[in-house]
Amino acid sequence: MKNTLIYLIFGISIVLLSAFSVAAPPLEFDNQTQESRFNKLVAELRCLVCQNQNLADSDAELAQDLRREVLDLIRSGKSDTQVKDFLVQRYGEFVLYRPRLDKSTYLLWLGPAVFFLIAAVVIGLVIGKRNQQFLENQNMPNNKDQKPHDD
Amino acid sequence: MKRWLPLISFAILAILLGFGLKNADTKSLIPSPLIDKPAPDFNLPLVGQPEVFVSKSDLLGTTYLLNVWGSWCAACRVEHPFMNQLSRSGILPVVGLNWKDEPTEAIAWLKQFGDPYSINMSDYSGRTAIDFGVYGAPESFIIDAKGNVRYKHIGVLNQQIFEREIQPLLATIAREVSGQ
Repeated sequence: MKNTLIYLIFGISIVLLSAFSVAAPPLEFDNQTQESRFNKLVAELRCLVCQNQNLADSDAELAQDLRREVLDLIRSGKSDTQVKDFLVQRYGEFVLYRPRLDKSTYLLWLGPAVFFLIAAVVIGLVIGKRNQQFLENQNMPNNKDQKPHDD
Repeated sequence: MKRWLPLISFAILAILLGFGLKNADTKSLIPSPLIDKPAPDFNLPLVGQPEVFVSKSDLLGTTYLLNVWGSWCAACRVEHPFMNQLSRSGILPVVGLNWKDEPTEAIAWLKQFGDPYSINMSDYSGRTAIDFGVYGAPESFIIDAKGNVRYKHIGVLNQQIFEREIQPLLATIAREVSGQ
């Protein structure tokens, strides 16, 4: 009985404490589409404070503010591109987890394809050379099996 | 050739990693896309005088340093003696952007550490700071007489950085003005 009371008090205080510790009111969405658009956007935007996290995961105060800003922009009828532009104009391309294709990111986007091509060419050359060697070996005049009999 | 290949690969890797290490301390600094562009518009109340508003157009005509700070920001305390010194030197006005701070705490903080700000605006919601692309305090901007952002420094500003990066810029700005 005494134990039950202690557990009860303990439980209630945890609930109360956690209720007080909520820093920012949670964001409220008008509808499902808005919420899924929001979730997709904040997952692709970088938190500037803790740079290896996206806006969705970060607890930094700036991330909270930026999430609110993103929702406000969606509410005011801005497209996903316009929301991203808003942040890029202020914080630069770095906020985008998926960088755009422009002259500073050509190497990033096209690099893998270029390396793949180089690798393909090198492998092609090596195989070609081996094939040639193999064929030459087969046609060697000192290869008795292959040597045509001229008598 | 074949037996040198591991050594060559190692050398290339070492050079690349060396470059990475050399730039490691500046890697978290994000270059501002606002440089040489018009500063964002703002209209903010003064710290301690919530009825008085200052806008971007009020500040046109002089080159000033906009210092983003907060009483909650430990690095601002490190930077603050330099701001006081800069303000006393009279080289250029120091304008404060008190970022997401309680005005009462800001005022108490300035009383304790000195007030270098000729104008000190309160950005309680942090909305103006977002327009400036602020992501950590302290940050300092140089805004010229036409209202264009000319320079941004992220982190603690000191005498060395000021002399190396800001003084030459101020000279350039002065030449632009006299050249017209």
